[in-house]
Formats: sequence, structure tokens, C-alpha cells
Amino acid sequence: MSTPTRPSALRHTEAKLLAGAVAIVAFAGALLAWSMGRELPPSGMVTGVAVAVVAIVAHTAVRAAAPDADPTLLPLAILLNGLGLVLIRRVDLGSASNFAAPQTVWTAVAIGIFCAMLLFLRDIRDLARFQYTFGLATIVLLLLPLVPWITAGVINGAQLWIDVLGMRFQPGEVAKLTMVVFLAGYLERNRQLLAVATQRVGPLLLPAGRHLAPVIAAALLALVIMAGQRDLGSALLVFGTFIAMLYVATGRIAYPVIGGATFLLGTLLVISQFAHVQRRVDIWLDPWVDVQGASYQLVQSLFALGTGGLTGTGLGLGRPQDIPFAATDAIFVVAGEELGLLGTTAFLVTFLLIAARGFRIAQTASDEFSKLVALGLTVTIALQTFVIIGGLTRLVPLTGITLPFVSYGGSSLLANYLIIALLLRISDTSKAIARGRGPDDHTARPSTTPRHPQSATPA
Amino acid sequence: MNKSISRVATAVLVLFGALFVNMNVIALVQADDLANHPANRRLIVREYEITRGPIVVGEHAVAMSTATDGELTYLRTYPEGPRYAHLTGYYSIVLQRSGLEAALNEQLTGRPTQMVAQNLAELLGQRDVAGNAVVLTINPAVQAAAEAALDGREGAVVVIDPNTGSVLASYSNPTFDPNPLSQHDTSAIATAWEQLLADPSRPLLDRALRETYPPGSTFKLIVAAAALEQGRTPLTRFPDERVFDVPQTTADIGNFGGGLCNQGEPLTLEDALRVSCNTVFARLGVDLGADVLVEQAERFGLNRAVPYELSISPSVIPTELDIPQTAQSAIGQRDVRVTPMQMAIVAAAIANDGVIMRPHVVATVRNPEGARVRSGESGRWTDLPGDGRAISSRTAQQLRRTMVETVLRGTATRARIDGVEVGGKTGTAQTGGDPIAWFVGFAGDDLAIAVAVTDEGPDATGGAVAAPIARTVLQAAIDADASTG
Repeated sequence: MSTPTRPSALRHTEAKLLAGAVAIVAFAGALLAWSMGRELPPSGMVTGVAVAVVAIVAHTAVRAAAPDADPTLLPLAILLNGLGLVLIRRVDLGSASNFAAPQTVWTAVAIGIFCAMLLFLRDIRDLARFQYTFGLATIVLLLLPLVPWITAGVINGAQLWIDVLGMRFQPGEVAKLTMVVFLAGYLERNRQLLAVATQRVGPLLLPAGRHLAPVIAAALLALVIMAGQRDLGSALLVFGTFIAMLYVATGRIAYPVIGGATFLLGTLLVISQFAHVQRRVDIWLDPWVDVQGASYQLVQSLFALGTGGLTGTGLGLGRPQDIPFAATDAIFVVAGEELGLLGTTAFLVTFLLIAARGFRIAQTASDEFSKLVALGLTVTIALQTFVIIGGLTRLVPLTGITLPFVSYGGSSLLANYLIIALLLRISDTSKAIARGRGPDDHTARPSTTPRHPQSATPA
Repeated sequence: MNKSISRVATAVLVLFGALFVNMNVIALVQADDLANHPANRRLIVREYEITRGPIVVGEHAVAMSTATDGELTYLRTYPEGPRYAHLTGYYSIVLQRSGLEAALNEQLTGRPTQMVAQNLAELLGQRDVAGNAVVLTINPAVQAAAEAALDGREGAVVVIDPNTGSVLASYSNPTFDPNPLSQHDTSAIATAWEQLLADPSRPLLDRALRETYPPGSTFKLIVAAAALEQGRTPLTRFPDERVFDVPQTTADIGNFGGGLCNQGEPLTLEDALRVSCNTVFARLGVDLGADVLVEQAERFGLNRAVPYELSISPSVIPTELDIPQTAQSAIGQRDVRVTPMQMAIVAAAIANDGVIMRPHVVATVRNPEGARVRSGESGRWTDLPGDGRAISSRTAQQLRRTMVETVLRGTATRARIDGVEVGGKTGTAQTGGDPIAWFVGFAGDDLAIAVAVTDEGPDATGGAVAAPIARTVLQAAIDADASTG
């Protein structure tokens, strides 16, 4: 119990970075209010104040529960979340929608759960014991939207939402986390079996067929998602995360190679068999044949980005009302139109920094389970960012998913803050061990779980 | 494990690098094309913030912008929509612009078209600049008379002032209403547009400018002009034959109705034109030769792009004609094709002493304060063989007299107007379907007209169908001129 009363240098850094993030958000919020309504503070400061409050709460929780955690992740997340609120407010002002207020509430809820996660989950390895529970939870979460009395029905062509207590929630967002935790546990146990190569295909060494079964199963699952939910992007996200974790667990390049080839072939098969997937690919290949119809969303995104150019029109001076799903899927191009290439590059760099910190945490993590969890979560955020930005810029076929922290959507925000909480927890543990501080020094809870900092796979 | 993590991190870095490169390509390389793409609504909204100038005919606007409280600041309306539709065109958020709305966009918006697309900062400085008013040469009474005289028949009427080239009426039927296409409701626009496209009578087609027809006997004016230029006189005599035995073919040419033109007696060129004698003109065409015919036709403007504010389909005569083709062309059949506008130009040239003035429909462009910014394009149509002189003054006078005879005592008697010197030539062009009934002529020195009617049934003739329409329109023009002084 030596550290909690005296903030470490890491927390000083975090506080300064948070102050910077809040300042940027407050400035953007005030600028938007002035630009669109010629309103000066106080009404233009609402977003800034709200973000300042959640930053202070989150920072306090990190100080108390994870004093040695990485100091950059929370400020980066708050920055994205805050700018997201400003952009969502911008969309509201352009089209008389009302997303900013619920998103602010969701931010508060997400920060609350973020804090609770940090306070109650003191050791990430506690989760490993429940890996099959998480596996089951993943499936249950994915199926929840199909349950008759809680489903929110089909929205925009997909049945992905449930209504709970008047709030709309997308369980699939949380399922991505539970899947990572389940896979980390599964791979930690079976990595040596999976790493043993018993057969050779050309230059590639492969494990026995039965050990390949989960890879094939994951590929099939991804293809089912793709075909069933018209969702190429989510399939890529799930499958990419799985393959990255499998590769890191085994060190076998054969997995990504075989997995990638399987995915590619499967994708071609799905494209040839399902008209709605085919249509998405056609739009991607040539969006200019049906500008007012099928490719409307993609074309409007490109218009917004092209109109924004290098410096953008300025906050409040673009036309987000022309962009379908501006507050959710297409929030990035709202930024592109009004903040220009400079603004979108700043967003991209912010995500890259989060990914870089995530990979760093995975490398320095004290055990293999933590490494795999950190890697899986990082890849999830990075791939999701890639899929939606790539879709909006026509690098890959467009899929309707959120841009982490920025897009409107409570479930997404919650899931991504949980990812940050888990990464902070892992970094706190490894740093504490490296410094000789016991993993549970800062907790009042008596340590009942024996730790296996460098635990090898069980026999 | 850490080595594998580094590799995954590198892969993610590569993906983000690809995103960054792609973002640069869109925001820097493709930016102009995307920002100025016609379907980019931003462009439309900015353009609709401009007080677009009216298109004025007589004292009244036939296209005008009125303020709305919708997202698009101004709504374009056309108070006499169908009557002027082929002139004004439409101004649509979905279909963009057509007609004069397209051709005169820079005048109407008061700035170059590409400037509308420029970024907001530049635009803010001149948002209040209103567009110019475009005043047309159209005489509303003549345009209305053309619409009334056609009375729903398919065809076109063009009236030109031969002295200036000012277009006094240009009406094509069936027509359309530009108002539904210019509203702000995109799905309603689409519905209206699809109806127009599906209409078998093709109301969007401007038959006055954009459709070419075989000229039939009205082409004899050009053959006669060539003959007079080559030294024949109106009194040069030709044998009256039941059938002209065209060399090199068995497809001989007979007269309309199969008879003789002058009870078998030789007849003069003047009489041949007056009664529209096919055998004489087929023989004359062959005698003159294809080169002479083609050159004369080109002096009148065929095989040329007509300089005009709106796009006009070129009227054509093939430049390589063998003898049977020459004979057929001389009576306006075969591959000769002309627009009603072109035939009005021919009539105007004859009425204007042989000189072709450039046709134009814009009289003046006035800024919002009413000051003249620009005048219409008048002057000779010099980009022609003969430098705008189609025929000599003497030939023009001879043709003129002959055409007056045709109205007094020939095929065009139903175009007569008491107290006014009206001249003309009728034509009935065979097409395989309903014949095209033509009247091409003039009244006095200040009016030239071409009328084409295409759906009056198999027995329609220029004399019976087109000549009375021309008379009505010319009478209206004369009355309007008298009432305004």
C-alpha cells in the first residue's frame, strides 16, 4: 500500500495529456458553436465541460486502481471520444437529429463501466479461468438480437440490435471482446500443439489436420457472418483478429498464409453465390454507374472528402446532411469535409498511436495470456478502424461499422472503453512486476489467486 | 512471441499507410473532380443561393427565380412553361440544365460556371451578386400564334427577321412543361422525367432545331437558286414530261399525282417552281450536276454547324452523289435532310437579297440594374462558302418574285394574306410514314418562316396543311408589328 497516495510520474504525464485532449475538444466545441450559431460560451462549452468531467473521473479511477498503467491510452481515447461528440453535435445541427445528447450519456455510462472494470478486475488472469464462459458468452451475445422479446428488429438491413430498458444496444460489439478473451485462453493452452508442424505443404509447415480444425471453423464462421449479415467488414475483423492471435501464439507463418488464402477463396465463393454481397463489390469496383442509387453512400463520402480537400471547409461549414449515416458509419468523412486531410490525418495518427501502445503493451506483458489478450484487443481496434476508413475511402468494400470512440453508438463506445481498461490493466500489471511492486500491492483485496507471471502452457 | 507481435504491428502499420496514401489521393489528387462532380449536392446548394437572372420575352419573364424557405434558396419557375420549354430548357437539381438555361448559365448566374464551384471562402465575398437578365428576340405574339396554329399537330414553326437574323418564334410540338423538372423534390422530378422519356411522341425533342427531315419540294428553291446562279433565267424553258427517265437507273421520277405539269407544253423555270414540277427539277439537277447543287446548298448553310445560342443539328446533303442520287436530291428526297431552322434560314436569305444573317435568339443581356451588359450576336453568317452571301442579289430578286407567284397562283395559295407580299414554296416529303408537310417562305421584307408538320396522315400536303399555319403565324406577326408601331 505504498503507491496509491503518491501519484507516480506516469499519472502526471497522463494528467497533462488529458488536459491537452480536453483543451482540444473544448476549443473544437466552442468553434462549432460559434461557427453555426454565433454562440459564445457558455453554451459552446457544454462538450468541453462534459469531457473534462469524464476525464477527471477516469483519471482518478486509474490513479486509484492502476497507478502504473500506460499514460497515453486514456488521453488518446478521451480525445477521440470528445472530438466524436463535437462531430456528432455538428451532424445534429445540420440535420435536426438528436445524437449528441444520448452519446454524452453513453460516454458517462461507458466511463462508469471503465472505472468499475479497473476497480474490480485487479488481475487479467482472473479472466483466463472463465475462458469457456467467455466462449459461450460470445455466442449468446451474437444470438441475442434474434431473441424475440428483446430484439430491436431489422435495422438498415441487419438484425444486430436489442432494446434493453429503453436503450438500444449492439451485443456484437461486446462479443468482440469476449471472443478475444476466449481465444487468448484457448490459444495459451493449445499453442504448443498448434505450433508443432507435422506436415509440409510446399515451403509451409503445417500442424496436424485436427489442429487446423479451429482455423477452418473460424473461417467458416466469418463467411457465415459475411453471407448472413451482408457484412464483409465484420467478417474481416473477426477473422483477422483470430488469425493474428493464432500467428502470435504459435509463431507459424503458415496460419496467416493458409488463413488468408482460405478467406480469399471463401470471399470469392460468397461473392459469386450471394447477390447482395456481389452488389457491394460492384459498388466498390465502380461507384459511378449508379450515383443516385446503390452507390449513393460511398459517392457522398467521396464528395465530402474531395470537397474538404487539404484544409477542409471549416467546422460547421460543410454539409454532413448530405452524407448518409453521418453520425455513425460516416463520421470520419464529416471530419474529412470540415477539417480536411489535415484533420483526418490527425485522427489516423491518433488511432495509430493507440495501436502502437497496444502492441507495446502486448510485448511487455508479463504472461502469454495477457500478451494474447492485449494483441487481440489492439488488432480489433486497429482492424475496425481500417475497415471503416478503408470502406469510406473506397480502399475496401464499404461496411457499416463504427469508427472506435468517434462514431455515435453506445455499445461501440462501451466496448472500446472496456478494451482501454483491459489494456491499462495489463500494462499496470507488467510495469508493477518490472518495478518489483507486487501485482496486488495497490489493492486492499487480499491476494487469493496465485500468480504465474511467466506461466508456461500447462502440460 | 514478441517477434510475431512486431510483425503483426508492422502489418497494421502497412494497412494504415495504405489508408493514408488513399486519403491523400482523394483529398489532393481527386479533390477537384469530386468537389465539382455534377451529382455533388454541395455545388447545387451553392448555385441555388445565387439570384439567377430571368429569361425575358417581350415584357415578361418566361423563366424566373423565386425565393423559397426550403434548403435550396431559389426555385426556378416557367410561367408559360410548355410554350417556351424548348427555348428555356429546364433548371433541375437532378437533370442539371438544358436549353438556354444551360447555354446562358454564365450570364444568368452572373459569373463563370466554374466559379460557382469554388470554395466557400471565395464565394462568401460575392454571394449577393445577382445574375443577369437575358432578353430574347422572341415575339410573344408570334410564338403564341405558332403554338395555336400547330394546334397539337406534331411539327415545328420557326420565324426569323431576315434583316437581322433575330429569331421571332421557335416552337416545336409536342412540348413539355419544365416546371416539374425544375422543382426541388428529386423523386417527383424522376417521375416527371420518366414519363417524358417514355412518351412515344418524344416531347423533349426540339423539332425546330434538333430533328432533320427530307425537305421535299422546298429543296427546289436551292436547285432553282443554283440554276439562276449558273445563268438560267426564270423564263428558261423546259420540256413538260410525265416521267423523267433518270440515267443509270430504272427508278424514274414522275410528278406528284403522276400527271403533266403544263398539259405537255414546255414550261418556264418560274412556272415549274410555282407548280412544283418534279420532272423539270430532276432534269435540272442532273443538268447542273451534283457539285453545283452541293455547293449551292452549302452556301445556304447545309453541311455546316449553324452558329446559334442553342445546339442545332446540321442539315446535310451528301457531297458525293451519282446521277440517280442527284436527280432524287434535286426534288428533296433521298439523303438530303434539313431542320426547320435551316429552311427558315433559306427563306430569310432569299428575302434579304441573298445575304444570310447569323440566327440568334438573345437580344440583350442586362445586369440587375437594367444596364446592357452584352448584345446579341448579329451580323452576317460569314463562316460559309460565299462569305454569307448565298446567292446574288439578282437571283434573290428572281426567286422572290417566283415565290410570290407561287402564293398567288401556285401550290401555296393558302398562305395568301391580303395587302401583304407573301412568297413561299410548299413541300410534301415522302418518308415511308406520314409525309412531311412543308411551307418555306416570307412576308414583306421582315419575316421569314419555315413550317413543318409531320403527323397529318398519308394525304397531307404542304399546300393544304403547312401553308395555312404559316399564314396564321405571319398574320399574327404583322398584327403585332402594327400594334407596337
